[in-house]
Amino acid sequence: MSEALNLANNPMLLEVENLAVEFDTYGGVVKAVRGVDFSVEEGKTLAIVGESGCGKSVSVQSMMGLIHMPPGRITSGSARLRGEEVLGRNELNGKEIRGAEISMIFQDPMTSLNPTMTIGDQIAEPLQVHRGLSYRQAFGEAINLLEMSKIPEAAKRAKQFPFEFSGGMLQRAMIAMAISCKPSILIADEPTTALDVTIQAQILDLMQDLQKETGMAIILITHDLGVVARMADEVAVMYAGKIVEHGTVDDVFYRSAHPYTLGLRAAMPNNDPARQHELKPIEGSPPDLFAPPKGCGYCARCPFAMEVCDKHHPQDYFLGDHHFSCCWLHHSDSPTKPEELYFKENS
Amino acid sequence: MGKLLETNELTRYFDIGRNQRVHAVEQVSLAIDEKEIVGLVGESGSGKSTFGKTVVGLHHKTAGTVSYRGEQLPQKYEPRDFQRLATKMQMIFQDPYSSLNPRMTVGEIVGEGLRLHSDANSASIKEQVAVWLTKVGLQADHMSRYPHEFSGGQRQRLGIARALILEPEFVVCDEPISALDVSVQAQVINLLGELKERMGLTLLFIAHDLSMVRYVSDRMAVMYLGSLVEVGKANEVYFDPKHPYTEVLIGSNPEPDPQVERGRPSTAIQGEIPSPVNVPPGCRFANRCPRVMDVCRQSTPELIPLKDVDRHVACHLYT
Ligand SMILES: Nc1ncnc2c1ncn2[C@@H]1O[C@H](COP(=O)(O)OP(=O)(O)OP(=O)(O)O)[C@@H](O)[C@H]1O
Ligand SMILES: Nc1ncnc2c1ncn2[C@@H]1O[C@H](COP(=O)(O)OP(=O)(O)OP(=O)(O)O)[C@@H](O)[C@H]1O
Ligand code: SF4
Ligand SMILES: [Mg+2]
Ligand SMILES: [Mg+2]
Repeated sequence: MSEALNLANNPMLLEVENLAVEFDTYGGVVKAVRGVDFSVEEGKTLAIVGESGCGKSVSVQSMMGLIHMPPGRITSGSARLRGEEVLGRNELNGKEIRGAEISMIFQDPMTSLNPTMTIGDQIAEPLQVHRGLSYRQAFGEAINLLEMSKIPEAAKRAKQFPFEFSGGMLQRAMIAMAISCKPSILIADEPTTALDVTIQAQILDLMQDLQKETGMAIILITHDLGVVARMADEVAVMYAGKIVEHGTVDDVFYRSAHPYTLGLRAAMPNNDPARQHELKPIEGSPPDLFAPPKGCGYCARCPFAMEVCDKHHPQDYFLGDHHFSCCWLHHSDSPTKPEELYFKENS
Repeated sequence: MGKLLETNELTRYFDIGRNQRVHAVEQVSLAIDEKEIVGLVGESGSGKSTFGKTVVGLHHKTAGTVSYRGEQLPQKYEPRDFQRLATKMQMIFQDPYSSLNPRMTVGEIVGEGLRLHSDANSASIKEQVAVWLTKVGLQADHMSRYPHEFSGGQRQRLGIARALILEPEFVVCDEPISALDVSVQAQVINLLGELKERMGLTLLFIAHDLSMVRYVSDRMAVMYLGSLVEVGKANEVYFDPKHPYTEVLIGSNPEPDPQVERGRPSTAIQGEIPSPVNVPPGCRFANRCPRVMDVCRQSTPELIPLKDVDRHVACHLYT
């Protein structure tokens, strides 16, 4: 993986390799993330998609030091920011990693806001801590940030409390707070899932505008393929704790290679009146992460599964510089040629 | 196909003290044909659930009427009205997590309607529960389990079995898929489609997901701040919206197609849906409408049929 990425000859801002995370629970050990690799370039957006419970949030939380240990445990892996390891560290070259280098927004802004403090004070506080501003300077900067996040009447709004904000406004305030220390990476975990489409469009536009202005990279977690198509440069498709397909947004949408990606696309309506198709649900449910399958995690639901799939884990097969799919169908001995498969399913 | 259900200027307000009222649903007139699926879309707080609940009698009507097969239904339901109408109309609720009583077994939950609204004995109730569990793709022996043992999609199917066991003719499905993963949404949608074919169901399908509504519905109704702004054939409304709000709503819906998304002009509109408390006169969309005119702030446009297309729109651009 890293070899292939170097071929692309782009310096990666963040490189995550072989990350694995487990949790101890009463039922046993949950193998939530089972060896994932991904990377992000400066100024670009990586989308991580996949169904509920596949390990999207845990993957990014572990980079942010947000996994509680115990019960959580990072069992392997590295995450290098400009070549330097950040896993398990709080600071990099005297700068705090969380907030200053990488910051994060969540689906529910209320979980990370203090209900008893004004929005302005909450944005100002880290500015005083991280950037050593006085309270007045920091509050002034907070108003600027709210303006950058397109909150109308920012000066007045800064003096209000979270409960006086609508859901869309709260998400803007969270974004203002997240970009306050000029992070190089913004991680957004389902930032618009709870919002209406019109408000979602505003928030997505805002994130793109800020990315253009500041050059920050974005890691966007979502299960909405429409949002992916709109925002992503690169896409990682996750299933049962692993990345099963990765590529540019065009690779993943127009040259989908992994049966799970194909399955997701067949399960949703397309809006092309000339190409109506029946919705094809993906039968069954994801595997039990207490005892993940030895072979391919998707095997039990995969319509193309072969004997080998159940017993042995497939490797990542590269189909292009950046594009890989982790599936036995790409093996040269596979009776079904993947090309036939995409031709059938992609056309 | 005859009309099955018709609302006429149906209105529902909520009084919330200090002379404040929420105009949740205001003068909504909508007719639904037998075996038709009508999709109802609109932003959060636009009144979709309130409309659905008022139609099936879970809220009393502040004003206006609902007629079912030509019979005008009571303004406020008495227990005997529920008794009589439960076998005709049912509702599937928005949240598969909170709408199932966690202390009841699946058998009790799914069989409750029969116990309350029919004279079936417990053996035959059990039998029918088993039948319905298999119809919605679960197993008869799930009967003794509790809701928390099921995934979101499975719980949503329990909700469907519970509503359909009385074999109603008309069902309000309130966001039956929004809490579900893409891979499971298709199962629920296909299940509803199949039941519609087999039982001749008529559905009011409430949802956020415009692509899904277009896919499942015959007609689409767009609601904004308690009022209908546009009604027409689902495909036609989606691909050729007439009301400026519909245009914005559909333009904001991201499509799973990167080329389409790259070619799309930014359609984000400013502002948010205003509070439905003490609504100002005029068109309710006026303060956000990109094409607002003077008249819009003064008089309220009515939902009227357009001349050349089969469409109803409430907008001064068309009056
Ligand atoms: N604190 C924890 N203790 C035990 N298990 C956990 C914990 N946090 C996460 N998990 C498990 O790890 C797996 C991955 O969870 P994660 O939150 O990353 O999923 P996700 O892909 O973000 O899903 P969603 O789309 O629902 O947010 C799940 O099986 C989850 O139950
Ligand atoms: N019982 C109630 N008492 C007071 N106000 C209510 C009540 N139920 C609903 N409302 C208000 O009525 C309006 C319409 O709410 P409703 O739940 O019908 O919207 P909706 O379109 O279903 O929204 P969502 O998409 O979020 O489900 C909202 O402003 C809501 O706050
Ligand atoms: S490895 Fe086998 S089971 Fe897994 S996705 Fe590929 S074909 Fe299907
Ligand atoms: Mg998550
Ligand atoms: Mg609702």
